[in-house]
Amino acid sequence: MPMTMTQKILADHAGLESVAPGDLIEAKLDYVMGNDVTTPPAIKVFRQLGVKDVFDKDRVLMIQDHFTPNKDIKSAELNKTMRCFAREQEITHYYELGRREMGIEHVILPDNGIVLPGDLVIGADSHTCTYGALGAFSTGVGSTDLACAMARGVTWFKVPEAIKINLKGVFKKFVTGKDLILSIIGMIGVDGALYKSLEFDGEGIKALSMDGRLTVCNMAIECGAKNGIFPVDNYTLKYISRTNPERFIKSDYKVYAADEDAEYSQVIDIDLNDIDLTVALPHLPSNTRKASECGDMKIDQVVIGSCTNGRLEDIGAAATILKGLKVHKDVRCIVIPGSQKVYRQALENGWLQIFDDAGCVISTPTCGPCLGGHMGVLAKGERCVSTTNRNFVGRMGDTESEVILSGVPVAASSAVLGRVGTPDEL
Amino acid sequence: MKVSGKVFKYGDNVDTDVIIPARYLTSADPEHLKEHCMEDIDDTFRERVKPGDIMVAGKNFGCGSSREHAPVAIKASGISLIIASDFARIFYRNSINVGLPILECPEAAEKICEGDEIEADFDTGIITDKTTGESFQAKAFPEFIKNIMASGGLVGYTESGLKSQGF
Ligand code: SF4
Repeated sequence: MPMTMTQKILADHAGLESVAPGDLIEAKLDYVMGNDVTTPPAIKVFRQLGVKDVFDKDRVLMIQDHFTPNKDIKSAELNKTMRCFAREQEITHYYELGRREMGIEHVILPDNGIVLPGDLVIGADSHTCTYGALGAFSTGVGSTDLACAMARGVTWFKVPEAIKINLKGVFKKFVTGKDLILSIIGMIGVDGALYKSLEFDGEGIKALSMDGRLTVCNMAIECGAKNGIFPVDNYTLKYISRTNPERFIKSDYKVYAADEDAEYSQVIDIDLNDIDLTVALPHLPSNTRKASECGDMKIDQVVIGSCTNGRLEDIGAAATILKGLKVHKDVRCIVIPGSQKVYRQALENGWLQIFDDAGCVISTPTCGPCLGGHMGVLAKGERCVSTTNRNFVGRMGDTESEVILSGVPVAASSAVLGRVGTPDEL
Repeated sequence: MKVSGKVFKYGDNVDTDVIIPARYLTSADPEHLKEHCMEDIDDTFRERVKPGDIMVAGKNFGCGSSREHAPVAIKASGISLIIASDFARIFYRNSINVGLPILECPEAAEKICEGDEIEADFDTGIITDKTTGESFQAKAFPEFIKNIMASGGLVGYTESGLKSQGF
């Protein structure tokens, strides 16, 4: 029976010849991840299970990023719970703040060379779907799932159907993966891919850098998808040769490709030339508009960062645009490199100086304002252009504040203009 | 098993940020979470809800984050069942895992109104609106979910899995 990429990875990890959409399978997990919000409740369930040790201390990952550096006493307690557990279990991939490996979970797992093509990963965070960019299967679960997976190293899945997104052409200037995924969500809606996988294909994938693909897969969940996935090509191989040279040299990873005659519930053809700089207006990621058609939408804040757009390429793009310019007098512009590595590289490249000269806040890597945690929470009536992934009611602060989602070029330009705008207007 | 109660009705795409805003995620205690359940879209929910009441909503209920705090908050509020056209997948999974009953039924989601008294039978999937007299057939639980439920949730299910592996 012909299979999609996702179906092949699931079948292999379940020890089956083949699987079909709707099949319920129990699959072996390569990595199991939790963060400072979802791990503490999972630890409680883990204790309840009465298991002594996690199934594999190298394969259970614990990342503190949501409320770190801790914003208040309660969040400090959460982190302490996770930290103590990580020490007790001698978790290999638990990093302290400020260390070179540290950062937002979905930025560091690919960039530290932990996730490689063909891996099967679950994480107690909805944006775990990010790693599909590397040709892996990854998806989000909750804390009880996390606890049981930490104990056994397996979990159940329902095999998803797939939507194929066939890409061709190249992007226009300044247009990025963020504009592509926002456009797709605008097209199919926030439940357009519910329970399904989004499989990208076509010669157009060459127009997407690895950072761009990670952005695209990151937001697969915003149209309800179980996962997003890209085929493995030379870009992927080049990327992993840098992030994990040891395993790359040993070919210690697995490349899966969809069968020619695999079945898709829907095929969407997209010419990248047709994608414009795109924003999503409040309060749904599907409420998309051309960035150039927003009129005079004044803003109070800009956030550049997050697991969607806090990678090296993103921070670099912001620096290119902000170089020699000033942030508008009525705007706070908060730049948050997604990891300590990105921070360091930005420092070495002179980008932090550009941001400082422009009048930006430069934050330590954290989720911070993305989920309205800290480092830029909005007051009633305030409006923010943000490179994050959700603009739900109250996501970044007061229920009467507004978040407009965009890619980095629009966010950086808007910071200078004091309203939603594009680089052409600078 | 049957439940019955008064309906709280919501629209499409009720997301986890309004079910339980991130600012309250510094504790996972159900008693704390229920104090803030739904407050960003319905600030009187907390005072009006009674044990056994039922939520009815449109498409894609529970979209957004993976926070299990969302079904936990709803369950702790006393809600005995959520009926929606469909659910976001992580929320669906989490609800089963924490033992919050959910049923998918687009017709019931459309026709049942705020304040109606309804009854639902999990074994047959039949939902009856006692206010209007109409009844609806929901999709019954798939087999694997019945198995998880039979073990008292995912924790019990995993415990038996661990035993069979000789832990
Ligand atoms: S940056 Fe935002 S979306 Fe990403 S993991 Fe953190 S809170 Fe979630």
